[in-house]
Amino acid sequence: MGYKYTAAAFNQLLENLRKKHRVYAPILLKGKGKFSDADLVGYDEIARVEEVVFNQKSYFSPKETFYPITQTLFYFAGDEFKESVVDEKGIIVFLRACDIQAVERLDKIMLENGLSPDYYYERLRKHLKFIVMDCQESFDSCFCVSMGTNTTKNYSASVRYENGLYLSDVKIDIDGLFALYGEQFEVSPQFVETNKQMVQVPQNLNLESVAINPIWEEYGARCIACGRCTVVCPSCSCYTMQDIFYEDNPKCGERRRVWASCHIDGFTDMAGGHSFRRTNGERMRFKVMHKINDFKQRFGVHMCVGCGRCDNACPEYISLAHCIDRLGKEEVGNCG
Amino acid sequence: MVNNNYLPFKAKILDKYQQTELDWTYRLECQIKPIFGQFMEVSLPGVGECPISISDFGEGYIEMTIRTVGQVTEGIEKLNPEDYLYLRGPYGIGFPIESFYNKHLIIATGGTGLAPVKSIINYFYAHPELLKQCDILTGFKTPSDVLFTSDLDKWSQLFRVEVTVDKLDEFGNLEVIPNSCSRKTGLITSLIPEVQLPSLEDVRVVIVGPPIMMRYTAQEFLCRGLKQENIWVSFERKMSCGLGKCGHCKIDETYVCLEGPVFNFTKAQTLLD
Repeated sequence: MGYKYTAAAFNQLLENLRKKHRVYAPILLKGKGKFSDADLVGYDEIARVEEVVFNQKSYFSPKETFYPITQTLFYFAGDEFKESVVDEKGIIVFLRACDIQAVERLDKIMLENGLSPDYYYERLRKHLKFIVMDCQESFDSCFCVSMGTNTTKNYSASVRYENGLYLSDVKIDIDGLFALYGEQFEVSPQFVETNKQMVQVPQNLNLESVAINPIWEEYGARCIACGRCTVVCPSCSCYTMQDIFYEDNPKCGERRRVWASCHIDGFTDMAGGHSFRRTNGERMRFKVMHKINDFKQRFGVHMCVGCGRCDNACPEYISLAHCIDRLGKEEVGNCG
Repeated sequence: MVNNNYLPFKAKILDKYQQTELDWTYRLECQIKPIFGQFMEVSLPGVGECPISISDFGEGYIEMTIRTVGQVTEGIEKLNPEDYLYLRGPYGIGFPIESFYNKHLIIATGGTGLAPVKSIINYFYAHPELLKQCDILTGFKTPSDVLFTSDLDKWSQLFRVEVTVDKLDEFGNLEVIPNSCSRKTGLITSLIPEVQLPSLEDVRVVIVGPPIMMRYTAQEFLCRGLKQENIWVSFERKMSCGLGKCGHCKIDETYVCLEGPVFNFTKAQTLLD
């Protein structure tokens, strides 16, 4: 069912959604950009639809809204453990089609991999509802079409801003509020059919020959192992456990998990000094293979959703899209 | 609601034995029934959590041999009987022990790699009729690093036990190794050409140790004509969860905590970090 809303009507809708939900969207975070006085588009709670940035890609991905950068698992006091609590509010997130596909990738690792779902991920994930933001045109670094992640049907509602109105295709109305504040209108969500860059995705990489490919040395010479690409990635899910104790009372503290990156030193370090993938080139190979080969072998879909955020974030201008394309073209070249 | 798979349970330290300057064996009160070769996530609240293999187990207890090399293990070393450790697990795929029945089992270990297979050796020591033959080849850096000396002595009553050290050090000499064992100096790989293999098809090999030791030891056995499928290894990796989520132990499409830590060599030799 489609609806249209004036800004005032949509804000009433938001106000009512916010009674039972936290509503997150990409907004302009003043002064949070990389450079002095520069802004950054990132996720935060919104109260008014005018805050939502529709015409730019968010620098950070939406994953932080339901998979926090730092998450307390439990508190301890002496011998007793107390599980951290989350509020029972729903989580509504404004995000793109590729981002929704990325959440489906996170679900695979956090819910399906191993013998049981991740308790803390599932606890927040079950409250999550998607509002897909239409992509009327592709942003510069996007390559979702090549990755097959440019569309989705997995959303409660869609939204786009057009001629002063907010247009929404509602699949699953949330508490009947979309119908209550909207005026019926024929709407179908718009997704891009082409990107400015099209990427040749390799079909069947052979690890042994990939491992000796000289491109990793080249990337290794440029990569500074800062891990930005993995922090902004909507499908990267690795984390590390961390215990902290309270200075005034070391018997009390908490166990947390924090996002980790396979690019950063220490990712594979074991007590006693052994580690794996010491060079930045090997780490690049490891990440790329995970994104476009290993994950698919395990779960049937590529991990990379082609959002291009890593390309925007890299201080060394390394482009994952270009790297994938090179591997794809080399593969075709070797076969032909 | 699913169970919280991150909450540890308390396990009382029943006993603590020193093995070497850095290695201690802890006996913990614990009702779990692990499979040979599995590991647990061991933690000290406020310090951290780490994966440790189970070195032995029995009715109402498990044992772990822990080297003091990091923050958590340094914290553990300060604990004494009646104190508590915190555990999750057991996790991972262990050794296919039944496929060793009626075979000639060779166990080759490097350093603390002896710990994860100690329970297997003890199992077959208690049931020697289950094997055709058993050889234990174990290497350590120096005589003062030798683990489980009384066990080595015990095992050598039934099995052929060879102990080799990379080099002698100022604190110890080969005398610390029970004289019931064959005592040598040199790398473990140097022992393999001498191993008697009366029936090659019956040989099953378990190799546990540092990555480089496992690679070259396997290579030596392959040179002796063993098939890859008759060799098993156990991997050590950084792991934060043991549940297939944290990503640290991933190699290619494989998660060491789920599909390992024990791998058949046909799989292990394809894994590229």
